Amino acid sequence: MKANVIDLEKVVVRFSGDSGDGMQLAGNMFTNVSAGLGCSVSTFPDYPAEIRAPQGSLSGVSGFQVSVGQGVHTPGDKCNVLIAMNPAALKQNIKFLEKGGVVIVDIDTFKADGLKKAQFETEDAIKELGITAQVVEVPITSMTKAALADTGMDLKSVLKCRNILALGLVCWLFDRPLDAVKHLLKNKFAKKPAVYEANCKVLDAGYDYGHNIHASVSTYRIETEDIRPGIYTDINGNTATAWGLIMASEKSGRPLFLGSYPITPATDILHELAKRKDLGVKAVQMEDEIAGVCSAIGASFAGNLAVTSTSGPGLALKSEGIGLAVIAELPLVVIDVMRGGPSTGLPTKTEQTDLMQALYGRNGESPIVVVAPASPTDCFTMAFEACRIAIEHMTPVILLSDAFIGNGSSAWRVPDADEYPEIHPRYVPEELREAWKPYLRDPESLVRYWAIPGTEGLAHRLGGLEKDAKTGAISTDPVNHEKMVQLRCEKIERIANDIPALEVLCDVDADTLLLGWGGTYGHLRSAAEELCREGEPVAFAQLRYINPLPANTREVLGHYKRVIVAELNTGQLADYLQARMPEVKIERINKIQGQPFMTGEVKEAVKSIIKK
Amino acid sequence: MEQNETTYTAANYKSDQSVRWCPGCGDHAILNTLHKAMATVGVAPHMTAVISGIGCSSRLPYYMNTYGFHTIHGRGAAIATGFKVANPEMTVWQISGDGDGLAIGGNHFIHAVRRNIDINMLLFNNKIYGLTKGQYSPTSQRGFVSKSSPYGTTEDPFIPAELVFGARGNFFARSIDVELQTSQEVLVAAAKHKGASVVEILQNCVIFNNGVHNFITDKEHRAERTIHLRHGQKMLFGPNNERGLVQDGFLLKAVTLGQDGYTIDDVLVHDAHCESNFLHQQLAMMDGHDLPLAVGVIRDVESPCYDQAVSEQVAEVKARKGFNTLRDMILAGETWEVK
Repeated sequence: MKANVIDLEKVVVRFSGDSGDGMQLAGNMFTNVSAGLGCSVSTFPDYPAEIRAPQGSLSGVSGFQVSVGQGVHTPGDKCNVLIAMNPAALKQNIKFLEKGGVVIVDIDTFKADGLKKAQFETEDAIKELGITAQVVEVPITSMTKAALADTGMDLKSVLKCRNILALGLVCWLFDRPLDAVKHLLKNKFAKKPAVYEANCKVLDAGYDYGHNIHASVSTYRIETEDIRPGIYTDINGNTATAWGLIMASEKSGRPLFLGSYPITPATDILHELAKRKDLGVKAVQMEDEIAGVCSAIGASFAGNLAVTSTSGPGLALKSEGIGLAVIAELPLVVIDVMRGGPSTGLPTKTEQTDLMQALYGRNGESPIVVVAPASPTDCFTMAFEACRIAIEHMTPVILLSDAFIGNGSSAWRVPDADEYPEIHPRYVPEELREAWKPYLRDPESLVRYWAIPGTEGLAHRLGGLEKDAKTGAISTDPVNHEKMVQLRCEKIERIANDIPALEVLCDVDADTLLLGWGGTYGHLRSAAEELCREGEPVAFAQLRYINPLPANTREVLGHYKRVIVAELNTGQLADYLQARMPEVKIERINKIQGQPFMTGEVKEAVKSIIKK
Repeated sequence: MEQNETTYTAANYKSDQSVRWCPGCGDHAILNTLHKAMATVGVAPHMTAVISGIGCSSRLPYYMNTYGFHTIHGRGAAIATGFKVANPEMTVWQISGDGDGLAIGGNHFIHAVRRNIDINMLLFNNKIYGLTKGQYSPTSQRGFVSKSSPYGTTEDPFIPAELVFGARGNFFARSIDVELQTSQEVLVAAAKHKGASVVEILQNCVIFNNGVHNFITDKEHRAERTIHLRHGQKMLFGPNNERGLVQDGFLLKAVTLGQDGYTIDDVLVHDAHCESNFLHQQLAMMDGHDLPLAVGVIRDVESPCYDQAVSEQVAEVKARKGFNTLRDMILAGETWEVK
């Protein structure tokens, strides 16, 4: 029996330590085990831009926050439990501790050397930081050494196991079964049985320690949630994006090609697709960002489902290439996992500042489709949607993911084989083959047909020069150019008929609509739900299709006395909407700190706007 | 020259578009030679793709009755790379000029060569920007006067062959727009080579750089200022093949047979298939002054090509893992069931 067991709907745990301390691994394992128990989960890895900053320094602190329990939409604003593996981690992360939370520190590291590296002035770090919360001082380092004393491992290898000792303690705290953790460790260290054994030992040691000191700590038991039956896996947004592309390839029958170049925080998409040669994916690491998009355009012309993945600076370099895909009217999916800008900006932090670049960042009139996933698992759906629209409408599509949902993870139900629709490439219809020209269009959708190279009788020439609307030959005719500009624009606008309507949640009949787009969904929805519960009725909607907007957008927005657009930039969506719908009263909530919204700050901002 | 019996004639590769290059431009001759070379190689027009960037030479795809893509400045090599990896069954030709290929597209050029993607890269070298009306290019001589260098350039040019060897290229050939036979011969050889084949064609721009190659192409001196290299044959040149190239320490020397004790036995035999590019580099760097400018296939060495290696790796990994669908792959990983 455990003392002082507290039942919680959800709990937030933050693991923090040196970037070499394995905090991401410990956090991931805790997440997976919790998800396996039927909790909903949401994670937020907060890691430094430096690969290895000096050990123990403030700039080298790496964090991993996870929220588990019922109705979890976000990794949580603040944590109930903070694990700090050294003084620097404590100093950097104490601000994330919830009132009434618990701090666990590795007290072995709170010696003169560690305190100095973390720029403490006194010997009592706890006092110096003014911490009044409960602090559990655990000799993590010395216990790890003791547990592994007779294994003959060298000191460096021993110290690498500290994270798992901490994990053992957290598992005790939250009533997580160690068998499940050991199963994960076994997979992780399949080729290193000795490392596996050592980690199991320290895991037990951490758990037992928790058990032995239980009198002084309240234990939490997290409620599990009723979720849809099925097979689940833990997935982060970037992996979900990669898998969504593969699903689209299966459903369209077009082979998947990725042309890419490494860039934080999008590189994991390249990594995942490079692994997926086992599913026939051709993932090519090109010599630069421009070559990434250009190789994809070549692959698209050749008849593949072609994709390029990048972040903001890379999108800037790809602009000219995307313009070529616009005028050639070829399917192309461009993934931008947004980070803080401008320029190199904040490479590992999240922002929504590339919306205008995605919508307008090209020369000439070059409208394209822009979509944005709402959560890590929604990356799968929206990557699939980006491909479906690109192929069925012969257009480039930009998918605006971001660092927060790209790195964050959730439990995800593996879709059944027939859950996603077939995608129908617009091949040249048999009856039109004789009369076919490259820019002959389907009269309904204005989509030109896709003639795959290698097909006899359909050899044709495309290019960046303006083409005659009828013959497809080069044309500088002024009236023809205007007509082609309008056709390309109209083609994109008509896609509004082929995407889902904007859905309103929470208190639909309220005066105020809280509106966001893309990866802020979890925080905004939590804020709206909490406001409603607290007697401040608000409706909530999240845009996932931005160009074109869902057909009912104007009607929905027009229904409310005020629309509050909350976004992680200075108001890019708000400007975009206001220009289109001057009759709608748009208010704004903006944050540009490289960090996701906090539910609490959104609630406060909404309240003060309503009060005005 | 080797002639294949094929079902196609040059006319099958010609589109119905009227050719818009200036009268007298060297590109006309190259285009006609390319049509003929394609007929000789015999790959069907619908199995052929011609991809270009921007510039005068890059208009070429419009004049082909094949699949064609006139893309953006400098990016032809990258687009052709994606095309070939995606659809390795197709034969891909990439057309570029000295500005498009070596200035704005220099990075893609060297990486396509290094990667050894199986495309045929034609570099039309007229040492000038023609389409933008006469600026110096990365192959213009130091001191060259143009609209953007009214007092002469203050920089040294690239020698395209040197870039190709620096990027560890395995096929390099050279021709001159007016040498129709040689052009056709090297284009056919480029098409037959598996991997990135670079063909430099010295081409005359009648409007902005007329006569740039005159020192070489001048009929009176052409035989003594150029040498046509053929694999397995002696390196002979001159109006009556009376001159030859011999080894002189680590360098090459031009000699006259029968003079200074040199005989035909001293003359080097061209080995285009030699793995070391040491001699190929020296041959490619000859410029017609002390030593004759080399035309023909200078280097032609077999080496694993990229698109094929990608396809083979995909097939191998696919067979080894045995997944048929995304779902199979996911279910083989870490999952749990909620009932």
